[in-house]
Amino acid sequence: MSKQYDVIIIGGGHNGLACAGYLAKAGRKVMVLEAAAQLGGLGATREFAPDFCASVAHTLPQLTGRLVEDLELQRHGFSLAQESLATVAMSDSGAHITVANGELHGAPAGDTAAYPDYLQRMNKFAAAINSFWHKRPPMAGSGGLQDITTLGQFAWKLRALGKEDMREMMRMITLPARDLMDEHFDSELLKAALSWDANVGSKLAPRSPNNAVLPLLYRMSGDFGGELPLPAGGVGGLIDALAASASSKGAELRTGCAVTRVIVDGSQATGVELANGELFCAHTIVSNADPKTSFFKLLGAKHLETQFTHRINRLRTDGFVAKLHLGLDELPDFTGLATPGDRMILAPSMQAIENAYDYAKYGDFAEELPMEVVVPTVHDNSLAPRGKHVLSAQVQYAPYNLKGGWEAQRERFLDNALNTLERYAPGIRSQVVATELLTPVDLEQQFRVTGGHWHHAEFAIDNWWMNRPTYGASQYKTPVPGFYLCGAGAHPGGGIMGAAGANAARAILEEK
Amino acid sequence: MPLTAHLQAAEDIEHVRPGLLQSPFYSRISELNLNQQWIEWNGYASAVYYADAHLEYFATRNTCAVFDVSPMRKYRFKGADVEAMLDRMVTRDVSAQALHTVAYNVWCTDAGRVVDDGTLFRLADDEFMVCCADPCFDWFQLSAVGFEHVEITDISDELAALALQGPTSCALLKAMGFTGIEQCKPFQIVAFPYADGEITISRTGYTGDLGYELWLEPRHALQLWDELFSKGKLYGIQPLGDESLDMARLEAGFLAPDVDFHGSLHTVDLHNDHSPLELGLGWIINFKKSHFNGRAALLEAKESGNYRRLLKLDIEGNKPAVNSILYSNKKCTQEIGYVTSAMWSPVVKANIAYGLVDGKYVDSEIWAEVYYEKELRWHRNVARCTRVTRPFWSPERARATPPPDC
Repeated sequence: MSKQYDVIIIGGGHNGLACAGYLAKAGRKVMVLEAAAQLGGLGATREFAPDFCASVAHTLPQLTGRLVEDLELQRHGFSLAQESLATVAMSDSGAHITVANGELHGAPAGDTAAYPDYLQRMNKFAAAINSFWHKRPPMAGSGGLQDITTLGQFAWKLRALGKEDMREMMRMITLPARDLMDEHFDSELLKAALSWDANVGSKLAPRSPNNAVLPLLYRMSGDFGGELPLPAGGVGGLIDALAASASSKGAELRTGCAVTRVIVDGSQATGVELANGELFCAHTIVSNADPKTSFFKLLGAKHLETQFTHRINRLRTDGFVAKLHLGLDELPDFTGLATPGDRMILAPSMQAIENAYDYAKYGDFAEELPMEVVVPTVHDNSLAPRGKHVLSAQVQYAPYNLKGGWEAQRERFLDNALNTLERYAPGIRSQVVATELLTPVDLEQQFRVTGGHWHHAEFAIDNWWMNRPTYGASQYKTPVPGFYLCGAGAHPGGGIMGAAGANAARAILEEK
Repeated sequence: MPLTAHLQAAEDIEHVRPGLLQSPFYSRISELNLNQQWIEWNGYASAVYYADAHLEYFATRNTCAVFDVSPMRKYRFKGADVEAMLDRMVTRDVSAQALHTVAYNVWCTDAGRVVDDGTLFRLADDEFMVCCADPCFDWFQLSAVGFEHVEITDISDELAALALQGPTSCALLKAMGFTGIEQCKPFQIVAFPYADGEITISRTGYTGDLGYELWLEPRHALQLWDELFSKGKLYGIQPLGDESLDMARLEAGFLAPDVDFHGSLHTVDLHNDHSPLELGLGWIINFKKSHFNGRAALLEAKESGNYRRLLKLDIEGNKPAVNSILYSNKKCTQEIGYVTSAMWSPVVKANIAYGLVDGKYVDSEIWAEVYYEKELRWHRNVARCTRVTRPFWSPERARATPPPDC
């Protein structure tokens, strides 16, 4: 039986749920179809071993107060376990450098003095482009008033930086992370930690040109809590609130409903078909899935133009980060750290990150694996039994296309990751009681995201703003009328932000 | 220290081809090419003319002539998704194309601009062959992105091909033992055993007259050529060169790539490419079938009516309007387009041309500014042009089954 909805959203990740919330709030009859048994995608808090829980995404640097307010997320149960985590550049000798509240602690005097200027400039750049993360990207040459206005605003924001800062931004935007860091700092340890966010998640390393500043500014786009908020209950806490908010506004959320295809009638998307053959109709079909899945698996190339299809096919979607979850029977003891309650970057230098990347470029992985580590249970006792802990780590670089395949080498990778951890927290191996390693291939299979890529498609200048995922689909609507994108593959991209979902909802509401 | 450079001889470098390639018929066509006049076509030597271009041309209209089309690019498409993939690529309805038939087709960019044109042969439910004048493998591969079961092979060098064109062509094939060929309808494909293999004959061509194209393995090429020319003596057979073929195709209303249009992927300036509507190919655009590439852009262009038209023109006088600029008035103050191909047509006895004219001047007067030369002295003539809506030359025998005298 086919039931009529205004909007069907394929995929109940955080963007799908945010999109549903906004649309339902505007009075649309919305249904969300999630293939997995649990909502949330890479944000879902899952029990990875009996009584140990974690979400693949673990912090919320990009969350905005606007999303929380608009969807009344706090009323629906959302809260932070910690307002803001500091970032600690970990040294295996214990001589760490801590970045917190706009200051460095433990860094050489020169770096400590240089940091505020660096931060001020980055903050200024971030402020210039901040509003554009939450706006529909313009379409070049459309002649539409809104497009011209957005472009004009963008030009004005850059110009308003002042001549010197504007020139600096233009110059810096294409620098490799390594050059950016070398221009400002001396400490190898500090530079490794500060450059981390420029590359993590992408097939990029400190020496890769073209792409350091933009991801750093993107990471600075949040304004809820502090710089690095830690959600209560894992990111799943946010997911639950988004779901409750959407439901309370009348959206219907279904799990265990895998959509196999989008139905196209004439040239219009009119419905979806589920794996069990069930059909649903709607005026508007929105995909929270990544662009390749959306266009190739759900829609089908036969409904699309050739050159457009080619651009989607060429999107870089190979994941390079593995996610490691450890259940620990006591709090791990990191050398020189009283409590591992902050975000720890385990990378001695940018060169070490680069070396790990060199292996991954050629389909292998390094022995020493740089990683970002959080022990959320220091602040949140809902994720593990009392007295026990969860360690959540993003481990680089884990190439999606590993020579010889992941099955044969998963153990070696895990061993390398644990050995790396052991160097910083001696004895941690003996504390491990549960392990989950999610390689990009696992992420692809378990979360239905092509290549296991965090951002659904690389976050890079060539694939940004009006080119995300590509021109022809960068305004959430696609070449097929009635079919929209609302996932990380759309502007502004990945990270737990909800902006793609919210922007898509606004674009859909403006349509009619 | 003296500097010495050791240059590798071109013939020692594998990827540098030593001059023109030779088609499977080369030994025969070279012998007949009295003045060794060649042009390069996809790397192969192709005869400009053999002995006398006019004699060859008249053979296509009065007896029969043979053109070596082996340098044509031929691609095999095989697989379960091929029909859907091709249907999305070309403007006609591939799902409605019957088995063992050929359909003239055009394929466009996303913006509805012509990439190339060619013929689509349906060989089985899941197998097709596409023939086109220029290489198109890149585009075909792009067009296959997102279709799982599609295998595309360049079979250009696996097939030798001849076009046998002219009023006696059917009779000659019959005399060669291809019994029943007279029942082959236009755009139909039939196969016969040949030597220890097979020959495929399609009733297709580029002259607008009765004619066939013959496809077979290269190892049987010379045997076919020799049989055609020994049996063909009685039927007035002639070899046909590029110059005379170009005359015949213009009379027939066919387009020449890189003469009447540029493939969109080869133009640099915007608007120097063409929509099929401009080229008079509206009749092969099927807006009722399922989605095809460029559809939205073409529909928009069609509804706006705002596109240039390649018009067939009958021009006053007998001086071919080669490279002429077209005007909407005799004083030549309003330029409206230009001529892409022009000739004096011996069979129609008319001064004919194609002119690409701005959309809004299609129904206005059309004048061609013709320059011509007599004993090195140049003259200018402004000649009135009349639009012709049918092909200049389209004899009944080209459509009749069986053809007359067969």
